[in-house]
Amino acid sequence: MTLTEIFALSLGAILIENYIFVKFLGICSFLGVSKKMDTAFGMGMAVVFVMTVASAVTYVVNKFVLVPLNIGYMQTVAFILVIASLVQFVEMLLMKMMPALYQALGIFLPLITTNCAILGAALLNITNELNFIGSVIYGFSAGIGFTLAIVLFASVRQRLILSDCPKAFEGFPIALITASLLAMSFMGFQGLKIW
Amino acid sequence: MNKYVKQLYEGIITNNPVLVQLIGMCPTLATSTSIENGLGMGLAATAVLTCSNVMVSLLRKIIPQKIRIASYVVIISGFVTAIEMLMKAFLPDLAASLGLFIPLIVVNCIILARAEAYASKNGPLESAVDGIAMGLGFTFALVILAAVRELLGNGTLYGIPVFGKSFQPATIMIMPTGGFLALGFIIAAFQKIVKKGE
Repeated sequence: MTLTEIFALSLGAILIENYIFVKFLGICSFLGVSKKMDTAFGMGMAVVFVMTVASAVTYVVNKFVLVPLNIGYMQTVAFILVIASLVQFVEMLLMKMMPALYQALGIFLPLITTNCAILGAALLNITNELNFIGSVIYGFSAGIGFTLAIVLFASVRQRLILSDCPKAFEGFPIALITASLLAMSFMGFQGLKIW
Repeated sequence: MNKYVKQLYEGIITNNPVLVQLIGMCPTLATSTSIENGLGMGLAATAVLTCSNVMVSLLRKIIPQKIRIASYVVIISGFVTAIEMLMKAFLPDLAASLGLFIPLIVVNCIILARAEAYASKNGPLESAVDGIAMGLGFTFALVILAAVRELLGNGTLYGIPVFGKSFQPATIMIMPTGGFLALGFIIAAFQKIVKKGE
């Protein structure tokens, strides 16, 4: 892969095809962990790490196990198992090395397993027929895009608590409308596609 | 019998997974661009949810506590693979338009949440009803959201044009922005109505 291709791929995954605002992947954790800026950032970093490693591992699993054995239909089952064990590993790592972050992320860490962004990235790597380096870069960039979205959203949401809004919209609905406005601004990046 | 009717009512209205419990957002937002897609997604998820609930409930005494989540995920992904193959064979158009989101039913929080919160503690029959109730609740929310988005964004309902030729569709409603916006308003309205009823 040339440097230009790599740059185009990662810019595409971060801005143009942002996982949250364009592809609708990973919305559960996006809405769940975005009440505070620092937890949002921690969650984002956890996603970046898991997504990068998962992209690499699932590529290897697909290429050297599923394709040679001709059991492509087991893809979903195999990938979700890889991701579930990776998340378990990250959880143990964080518990030992960064207990503060582990406390802050709380129940959301096991939920990365059911974060559709991770499985989505793994499956999209195969659909887009990316090679190993491409897969890793795509996974990493998609994770960065997720972090960008969740940190932006958390910083808005922190201020939202103090604002005045109709009673029925308090809490979740107003957060969705905020997300809608953010998504609208991300639509502006669509223009970059030509390039 | 009455118990099951109550379960259905809870799943669809008072404890609706999307509009009240606020889970399962990704497929809700992504596949609600038209009623057809929403309905297809909702029913596929309902089928998976019912099957996996029954299976988890049958195996609840055998599955060790520590690896239960992994076991549930394997059960669910088995059913999802089956549904994916069936849809590709019998409903190729729908399968193509839902695309990535069919394999992603595996990570739909609703299914894992029901396995963990309900099926692992109750018998197979109750779990099956719970699966149907929650699945229909999910479908209900999807169809409402899809109807709003399709009507405003495309001027049609289930593919049938509703307005005259002079109607200018607001394409933004079919785009991601419109999804967040419409869901925000629908949840707000739902909260208002449900709270009034209390």
